[in-house]
Amino acid sequence: MAEQEQRRRSAPRTDDVELEETGTGQQAGEELKAELDDLLDEIDDVLETNAEEFVKNYVQKGGE
Amino acid sequence: MAVHKVLGIETEFGILHRNEGDSNPVAASSMIINAYVNGFLERRVGWDFEDEHPGVDARGFNEFDALAPEIETHLVNAVLTNGARYYVDHAHPELSTPECTDALQCTTYDRAAEEILIRSMDKANELLPDGEELVIHKNNSDGKGNSYGCHENYLVDRAVPFGRIVQEIMPFFISRQVFCGAGKVGSEAPGLTHSDVPFQITQRADFFEEEVGLETTLKRPIVNTRDEPHADSKKYRRLHVIVGDANMSEVQTYLKLGVTAIVLAMIDDDMAPKDCAFETSVQTLRQTSYDIDLAMVHRLLNGQKVSALDVQWAYYAAAESWAERNGFDVIGGQEMGLDLMKRWHDVLVALENDPDSLSDSIDWIAKRRLYEGYRERHDLEWSDPKLAALDLQYHDLRPDKGLARRIGLKRISEDSEVELAVNNPPPSTRAYFRGRCLERYPDEIVAANWDSMVFDIGTDPLRRVPMLEPLRGTAAHVGNLLDECSNAAELLRRLGT
Repeated sequence: MAEQEQRRRSAPRTDDVELEETGTGQQAGEELKAELDDLLDEIDDVLETNAEEFVKNYVQKGGE
Repeated sequence: MAVHKVLGIETEFGILHRNEGDSNPVAASSMIINAYVNGFLERRVGWDFEDEHPGVDARGFNEFDALAPEIETHLVNAVLTNGARYYVDHAHPELSTPECTDALQCTTYDRAAEEILIRSMDKANELLPDGEELVIHKNNSDGKGNSYGCHENYLVDRAVPFGRIVQEIMPFFISRQVFCGAGKVGSEAPGLTHSDVPFQITQRADFFEEEVGLETTLKRPIVNTRDEPHADSKKYRRLHVIVGDANMSEVQTYLKLGVTAIVLAMIDDDMAPKDCAFETSVQTLRQTSYDIDLAMVHRLLNGQKVSALDVQWAYYAAAESWAERNGFDVIGGQEMGLDLMKRWHDVLVALENDPDSLSDSIDWIAKRRLYEGYRERHDLEWSDPKLAALDLQYHDLRPDKGLARRIGLKRISEDSEVELAVNNPPPSTRAYFRGRCLERYPDEIVAANWDSMVFDIGTDPLRRVPMLEPLRGTAAHVGNLLDECSNAAELLRRLGT
């Protein structure tokens, strides 16, 4: 198994992908962050108003 | 040669009856299913329990202390025209998809199951008094130590010794968590607090206590031994997999089903890795789930120390060799096989190098990014109830409330295909015969189950049509026949039964 790991882990494909993406990495990172911020704004709007109560009341029976 | 990996997925959904003081989950689950059946189906056809034997053990014996699962024949049970079974199991609504021939088809039916639950919820809520509401979650735990399952089923070759299946699938099940997990805040294992496990990869790892066994509700085993093939038992087994999470991400459902099917085909053909057994399987299952940095190494029985990802790479390499020799016919064809291999490869590479890049396709990573952001913004501890609330709401099926739907996870299925799958069976398995008969002759069908249907055509005793071959009764086999027969009596006459 160890040999297979080595072969996979040092596969040039991984490095290529990283190199190609370096140029746009920062921009993509900023976009992602803005997206996350929007999402977090949205969550504040839809999150159950009384989280503690909601979580306390969420009781299920075991199943299967 | 491996048998075709016919597969299906069964999900028990979490259910909440809000603003009802004395809520009863069995009654609530019945309301959900009855609302759907009465609201959308022409006529209810019940489930036939004749061939159900969930207490039969694949190891060929019944342990004295093994608790055979009970069948609750008195609860609501319906068969849908898409070939699915929709029923109350214990205290949950449960939907079992029809038998599918590949991972993409089954992912579409899993998404259709979500749609069916959403429609059920809407219909049921129309009937409830103002202020009350039934809410469905596609998750596996209430955060208080109660778990309910999302089980996968795969057809395997009866000729393969069950002991070998256990040995060779176990390391795969343990390590696949890294791309199959739905994520969870905290731990429900006895004695562990948020400071020990603030967040983990899977919903379910906390609940597994045995390596192998028959139980599903207590002392859950990583490999379940229920031997109930729902097919010709001389030729087939049905591997009943209880160790997975219910995923909101379609990419994960697709990968989980497709890659597991490939690995089981490899096991049928005796080409799976044999040197990956962990020294302590149950402990490693949990440690893997708790290791969100994917940094931990575990000791194998052969003394080697490896990570969960190393084990996945070993299975990946074996799958490449298997596919070179056998192709991908038994898991859905060349195109899908290559797509699954590429996605499997890419997800492992991303997990090694840049896990956050998977936040649009892997539930636990999407959750981690979201919860970390939320924690930072509001300066919260992991133990804050707001995070537990977020963690439930991620799985909420209400389209305006569910976080998973709002964050825009990548899709695998097409909306038009999902809509079709809500009411129509897959054309490529016996589910086609089941579903089309229900659509064409609802008044002449008394009951149905996975491997037979019972007709009442008035004059004779009830007639049972066996369906022991999962790949018979397809559109190609019986499509024209069903189109031509205007009633069940004619169908049975032409089938020669």
